[in-house]
This record gives sequence, structure tokens and C-alpha cells, in this order.
Amino acid sequence: MLASLGLILLCQLIGEAVVRGLGLLLPGPVLGLLLLLILLLARDRFSRLARGPLRNDGVETASKGLLAHLSLLFVPAGVGIVQKLDLLASHGIAIVLVLALSVVVTLLATVLSFRFVSRLLRQQDVR
Amino acid sequence: MSDNPFSLWVYLSQSPLLWLTVTLLVYATTDAVSLATRRHPVANPVLHAMWIIGAFLLATGTSYTTYFAGAQFVHFLLGPATVALAVPLYENRKRVVASIVPMLVALVAGSVTAVVSVVLLAELAGLPRDVVLSLAPKSVTAGVAMGIAESLHADPSLAAVAVILTGIMGAIIVTPLMNRTGVTDYRARGFAAGLAAHGIGTARAFQVDEIAGVFSGIAMSLNALVTSFLVPLAVTLLVR
Repeated sequence: MLASLGLILLCQLIGEAVVRGLGLLLPGPVLGLLLLLILLLARDRFSRLARGPLRNDGVETASKGLLAHLSLLFVPAGVGIVQKLDLLASHGIAIVLVLALSVVVTLLATVLSFRFVSRLLRQQDVR
Repeated sequence: MSDNPFSLWVYLSQSPLLWLTVTLLVYATTDAVSLATRRHPVANPVLHAMWIIGAFLLATGTSYTTYFAGAQFVHFLLGPATVALAVPLYENRKRVVASIVPMLVALVAGSVTAVVSVVLLAELAGLPRDVVLSLAPKSVTAGVAMGIAESLHADPSLAAVAVILTGIMGAIIVTPLMNRTGVTDYRARGFAAGLAAHGIGTARAFQVDEIAGVFSGIAMSLNALVTSFLVPLAVTLLVR
């Protein structure tokens, strides 16, 4: 468990270091995600890598533990709204309406384009 | 023992321990309520934890800085949780690879719609320029949006608030909206949730369906990449 958490942090650390070092525009944790994915795929190919956290579902279990409470992690940033009460008093209704409309339009554009292309390719949901 | 309950409060209210405990306990409560309502969208645990803790801070005259000194331990885990998305992605890799074309098309359509619609609507509503810029990256996860806002000389903390509000509204509306469109493909539904409403949408998607959650996580990661490039471009073209 401890080694698995360490591996997750290490992936993020390398991600952040590469992003900073090369001045990339992508966020460090996203690069860390790619790194962990490559490690998991490499483990299936090369059995010598299957040790420590990459064995017996170690890093898999730790990751699922983190993701089980994903919502909680947004609470501290969300409470930051208390610093914006002046702005919300003057423009709050407009801001909420703009964000609400935009999120509905975005959801529809995404889901309908996904389904359109998926049908075009005659891909049926395999489940 | 403290001789004066007030001095005890002064001590505790400045310590990270109190605010970390409050964050966890309030969320545990709102999450239990959400579970008791069988994950009804309106019982969104983030939304209710946010206003309860916010009201508590205002009532006790505690600054957000003091609160965040405790809550930062939770906030920090956003990064590792993003890395952890590699695991559901890995476990469902065959289905993901099989859906790569619709995913990429939906990614472009969705991320362009997200940025263009919010900038145009905000301009139409007559919001001040710095508010428009801070709202532009609202569909990506908090850390990335704050970085984008910073590079545009906008307000990162307002960007974070816009991100959370977008996430909550997206998570509340996604299930009823998708049921109305008649789309039953959980890959498409999840992908839309993650693209429009980042991690809060992804958390919602995992509650509804495992495959929806996986596609939501992918959409959230890919959108973070695309939006970083798209927002500066859209702002140059669309903002007065």
C-alpha cells in the first residue's frame, strides 16, 4: 500500500519535473497518468517489472482507493467561493446562468458528436 | 485544561487539525445523505459540503487562508488522483482503443463548444473583461484552469470557483439531460460528463456506471490538454 502510493507520487513528480523542465503546456499529473499507464502496460509485456507495487494489484488497489472519494478532493477549492461573495452579489446571477447554459451546450455537443461518429462507424456498444 | 473556552477556540480555529476534520466530517455527512437518496443528482455531496463549510467560516469569522491551511491536505490529493485514473484506463484499455475515433471527434467538438460558448455568453451578458477571461477555462480541472487564468492575467481564484460551479451543475444535470436525449451508450454519456464537468463530472459518472467513469476520466485528461491550447486562441479571437 505504502509503496503503491509512493509509485503514484513518483509518477506525478516525474510528470511535474518534465513539464517544468521542458516548459510544456500540459499539466504535470496528466503526464504522470501517461507514465503510470505505460508502466502497467510494460509490466504485462516484461515479467521482470512485476514486482513491488506492480504485483498483486498493489497500485491498482491504491488508485481505486483514491478515486473512490474523488468528489471530496474538490471541496477545499469550492469553499474558496467565500472569497468571491462581492463579485457574486454584483454578477452572481449572470455568472451562474452563463456557466449553466454553457455546460448544457457542451454536454450535448460532446455526447451527440460521439454517438454520431460511433453510429457512422457502425460501432455497437460491445457490452 | 484551558481556563477560558474562548481561548481554546482561538487556539483550535487557527490549527489545521480543526479545518481538516471539519472538511472530512461535513463531506462524510453530505456523502451519506447522497447515498441515502440513492445518489440523487440534487443531493450532490460537493455542493452541500461547500455551502455548509462556507457558512461555518462566515459565521465564525474564519478566513479562507486559515481554512485552507487545514484543507490543503485534501486539495493536494487532486494531483495523485489524476495519476490514479491510469488504472481504470488500463483495465478497460480494449474498449477505449475500440472507441478511439468517436472519442477524438467528440473531444474536439466538446472542447471547442465549452470555450466558445462560455466566452460568447459571458460577453453577451455584459460581464467585465477580467471575469470573462477567468470563466473561459471553466470546463477543465481546477489546477489546470488556475494555470490558464494566470497566464491570461485573469483571476485564478475566480477561475477555480467557476470550475467548481461548472462541475457541480454538470454533475447535477448530466443524468436527466442524457435520459432526455435518449443516448444509452455509457461511453458517450461518460465522455460528455468528463469533458464538460471535469473531476466532479467524473466522480458522478463513476457513481452511475464504471464504463461511464472510465470514459469520463479520459475526457477530463484529454480536455485539460486541448483547453490549454484553445483558451488563449479563443480569447484572442472572441474577446473585445
